[in-house]
Amino acid sequence: MTQKLVIIGAGMASGRVIETLVDADPAAFEITLFNAEPRGNYNRIMLSPVLSGEKQYAEIVTHDDAWYAANNVTCRFGEPVIGIDPDSKVVQGKNGPVAYDKLIVATGSAPFIIPVPGKDLPGVITYRDLDDTNAMIEASAKGGKAVVIGGGLLGLEAAAGLAERGMDVTVVHLMGHLMERQLDEAAGYLLRRDLEKRGITIRTQASTKAILGDGKAEAVLLEGDETLPADLVVMAVGIRPEVRLAQEAGLDVARGIAVTAQMQTSNPDIFAVGECIEFDGQLFGLVAPLYDQAKVLAHTLLESPDAFVVRDVATKLKVTGCDLFSAGDFAEGAEREDIVFRDPSRGVYKRLVIEGDKLVGAVMYGDTADGNWFFQLIKDETDIEDMRETLIFGPAFQGGSPSDPLSAVAALPPEAEICGCNGICKSTIVEAIQNGAEDLGAVKATTKASASCGTCTGLVEQLLQVTLGDDFQMPTAQPICGCCDLTHEDLRRLIKSQELKSQEAVWQELGWKSRNGCHVCRPAVNFYLLADWPLEYRDDPQSRFVNERKHANIQKDGTFSVVPRMWGGITNAAELRAIADAADKYNVPTVKVTGGQRIDLLGVKGEDLPYIWSDLNKAGLVSGHAYSKGLRTVKTCVGTDHCRFGTQDSTGLGIKLEQILWGSWTPHKVKLAVSGCPRNCAEATCKDVGIICVDSGFQVGVAGAAGMDVKETERLIDVPTEAEAIEWTVAFIQLYRENAKYLDRPYKWVAKVGLEWVKDVLSDAQERERLVAAFELSQSIYRKDPWAEHAATAKAFQPMADLTLEAAE
Amino acid sequence: MSWIDVGSIEEIPLRGARKVKTALGCVALFRTADAEVFAATDRCPHKGGPLSEGIVHGQSVTCPLHNWIFDLNTGQAQGETATIATFPVRVEAGRILIDGSQLTARSAA
Ligand code: SRM
Ligand SMILES: Cc1cc2nc3c(=O)[nH]c(=O)nc-3n(C[C@H](O)[C@H](O)[C@H](O)COP(=O)(O)OP(=O)(O)OC[C@H]3O[C@@H](n4cnc5c(N)ncnc54)[C@H](O)[C@@H]3O)c2cc1C
Ligand code: SF4
Ligand code: FES
Repeated sequence: MTQKLVIIGAGMASGRVIETLVDADPAAFEITLFNAEPRGNYNRIMLSPVLSGEKQYAEIVTHDDAWYAANNVTCRFGEPVIGIDPDSKVVQGKNGPVAYDKLIVATGSAPFIIPVPGKDLPGVITYRDLDDTNAMIEASAKGGKAVVIGGGLLGLEAAAGLAERGMDVTVVHLMGHLMERQLDEAAGYLLRRDLEKRGITIRTQASTKAILGDGKAEAVLLEGDETLPADLVVMAVGIRPEVRLAQEAGLDVARGIAVTAQMQTSNPDIFAVGECIEFDGQLFGLVAPLYDQAKVLAHTLLESPDAFVVRDVATKLKVTGCDLFSAGDFAEGAEREDIVFRDPSRGVYKRLVIEGDKLVGAVMYGDTADGNWFFQLIKDETDIEDMRETLIFGPAFQGGSPSDPLSAVAALPPEAEICGCNGICKSTIVEAIQNGAEDLGAVKATTKASASCGTCTGLVEQLLQVTLGDDFQMPTAQPICGCCDLTHEDLRRLIKSQELKSQEAVWQELGWKSRNGCHVCRPAVNFYLLADWPLEYRDDPQSRFVNERKHANIQKDGTFSVVPRMWGGITNAAELRAIADAADKYNVPTVKVTGGQRIDLLGVKGEDLPYIWSDLNKAGLVSGHAYSKGLRTVKTCVGTDHCRFGTQDSTGLGIKLEQILWGSWTPHKVKLAVSGCPRNCAEATCKDVGIICVDSGFQVGVAGAAGMDVKETERLIDVPTEAEAIEWTVAFIQLYRENAKYLDRPYKWVAKVGLEWVKDVLSDAQERERLVAAFELSQSIYRKDPWAEHAATAKAFQPMADLTLEAAE
Repeated sequence: MSWIDVGSIEEIPLRGARKVKTALGCVALFRTADAEVFAATDRCPHKGGPLSEGIVHGQSVTCPLHNWIFDLNTGQAQGETATIATFPVRVEAGRILIDGSQLTARSAA
């Protein structure tokens, strides 16, 4: 006997159920199909090509009126169901009731709307159905600015579509990188780069506070109070199973409608399928598992045994030109091993995650041709032990060679600047080599490349090798570490010339062999990035050694030392009292006067740091950076204020210098001293910068040392005024910041580039001005007390949890 | 195993670490990627360096005192015959769960 089957929702899941049913037994059911949307089933996932203009709606319809008619499906489209009565087995449509023998709930999901002020303004659109898509197409016809909230699959497809239609699009994403659920940071970086190339602005770690506007959306307000103008706001932050009907009908509902492996709900005559369900604690947001569910449900209704099993799914993004693939579990869990492959010249990144002898996850960008092969290995749990070495090269790999270490240089565009001093680009050098300049000396002579400060020598040599091949004998330069083939100098140069502004950019564009560097290269990369791009890149504490991350010096017993700044060595009774009080309050075992004219509190517990800082802050004391590769101390002598020999205000100049320079990060630590006369009581002649005051003005010396090496300063310049002494000092330190290798003190760096080169650069008044301005720009971000900032986050210094109180079962 | 919720993954900085006090001494929780967490003893076998203060890179940590490098999967020190104890840990819906059976105080029996 024919049974009455009612289906709520004409979406992708129920569409597949009906197809399977009518294929197997067209007479088994008399079907009534409700849909809230005023149309039947279409291929929802193809809305993105419709949005971008690559397809028309008609092309994505899967079941048209003729199909429903031919299969005797009674369609009630544009009519939402408003209630289910399981006792009398009746469904309430908006236009009237229908009785059922069997009922399927296939209501899909509803877009999640973040509960911020302004969310209901006209001009705020979600992305779920054809009406949303048409609304976006219409809005984009007027041009203007669009803000898409959410950098996941849906948000990015919306962003790309709107950009394609000529809007100026910004994506606001809460997490650190795009599509964080499907991609790791490296692939997220490449995706971002490709989207940025299309003119889409990406804002990560950005949280939406409100949508502003008078009668319609006009701007998005971010946490931190920045506003982004917007004529259109698309909210694509996630979806929620549409469970309201099921809930009201008294069915078991957790996050989704609870079903068995046969798709049966807690009521034996009601079934559910698609995004609205929850099975085994899981929700579903991609079509592949929904199709499996649909098949199982059709079989259940036809009384042939079947059961749904959850399988891995792979993700792709439907944005032309952004080729990505992600499958399996690539992040969580212990006992895992990574295989990483990067080809900067092609913008390719691949990472495989292996557990034991099985592949468990794969993330790829740029070249995803092997994606399905890897996906199969994951699904089949194939033993990959024998192909481990070559696995990453894919199924086609038979004995080929891994990437060329020189590929990063080979991949540079012809106009990439190699020699910054003389503005020589790659093509000029390559041309010179092709015209017979076959060694470094000849290249220097013909092009001037590497003829000045010499830091690009390594790159020029690599160009010689790339151009001449085996004819050129590469001198052995030491790469930074095992993660790459570049020297520090090469890396610095490439960060500048390629405008690399994030760690991920460095890892990818320069072919790093590890996921995110190591303790040797990452602190260096972090410094180079912040020195060259002070506004675009922010210091990453996780790429710093403990002292600089904790803003205190770690001691051999794991406690810390705390050294507040004493500007120019000057203090007063109030400061000393605050230090004494802190020493009492935190049981500081040792209080010592340092060699740098200030006081060290040694033996403070890590947990106490934020509190002792906060106490010292209250007395006006700030961090002395006794731990940083940055400005340490400016020692002074008493000078004209008190000393009978003093010629200038050495104390005053020292304090001014310390106040200008404090907080800055430098390649290694930087110490200064100012002495009031050539008797030199402040020991200025063995400092990184040491100034000796004389009757006629100031003698500025640089590149001294008094640690592992002892070396007298060399005279940079004699100047008549204090202002000039400051200008030259700041310019010298900025030049050092821009050029030196990480962990070279100034005396080592000057020995490499030559004092003559330093003098040459600095004697150009315009260049001096630029250096001072660049330093100031960086200081606009870094000249602040890290103690005050950290004192506000005291919790982070405490253990996360205490299990000693927890009893074992 | 008895899984204990010790906090949200967001409390550990990306490529950073936090510690948890246990009956066995401090245990360090390392977060290497958005949702990847490892647990190991916080004491370096060399001279007791606090590993939670080290630099986290790939799936390894470098001790802050003298730069020994430990693989967080196995606890093995690179180039040294030393290991650190590692402990089972899971991340579920953004919460970090650690296996308490080894780490909680034995009840006096
Ligand atoms: C506290 C202090 C010793 C003291 O009690 O006086 C000190 C203590 C340390 N010095 Fe120093 N140096 C101190 C003044 C000096 C001086 C004298 C000076 O600044 O006038 C020098 C020689 C001048 C120089 O820097 O060239 C000095 C040359 C070094 C060196 C060798 C640097 C070099 O390039 O050769 C190191 C090692 C390093 O930095 O790599 C070092 C490293 C250290 C470290 C940070 C070792 C470490 O990494 O743990 C010590 C930290 C102890 C702690 O836990 O607090 N310390 N150190 C002095 C702090 C001054 C301040 O107020 O900030
Ligand atoms: C723009 C976009 C791009 C996507 N791209 C991909 C992709 O590339 N790959 C992929 O695998 N997945 C993709 N998806 C996800 C995929 O479309 C969904 O997983 C799938 O459509 C869910 O099917 P469903 O049948 O559960 O729900 P739906 O297809 O949403 O169907 C549910 C239907 O039920 C109706 N309904 C709801 N409540 C009622 C009610 N009370 N009365 C009557 N009718 C009701 C709704 O109007 C809707 O038409 C994309 C989704 C979108 C929006
Ligand atoms: S001289 Fe050596 S032992 Fe003394 S504080 Fe400096 S680094 Fe430490
Ligand atoms: S204490 Fe860890 S390396 Fe020395």
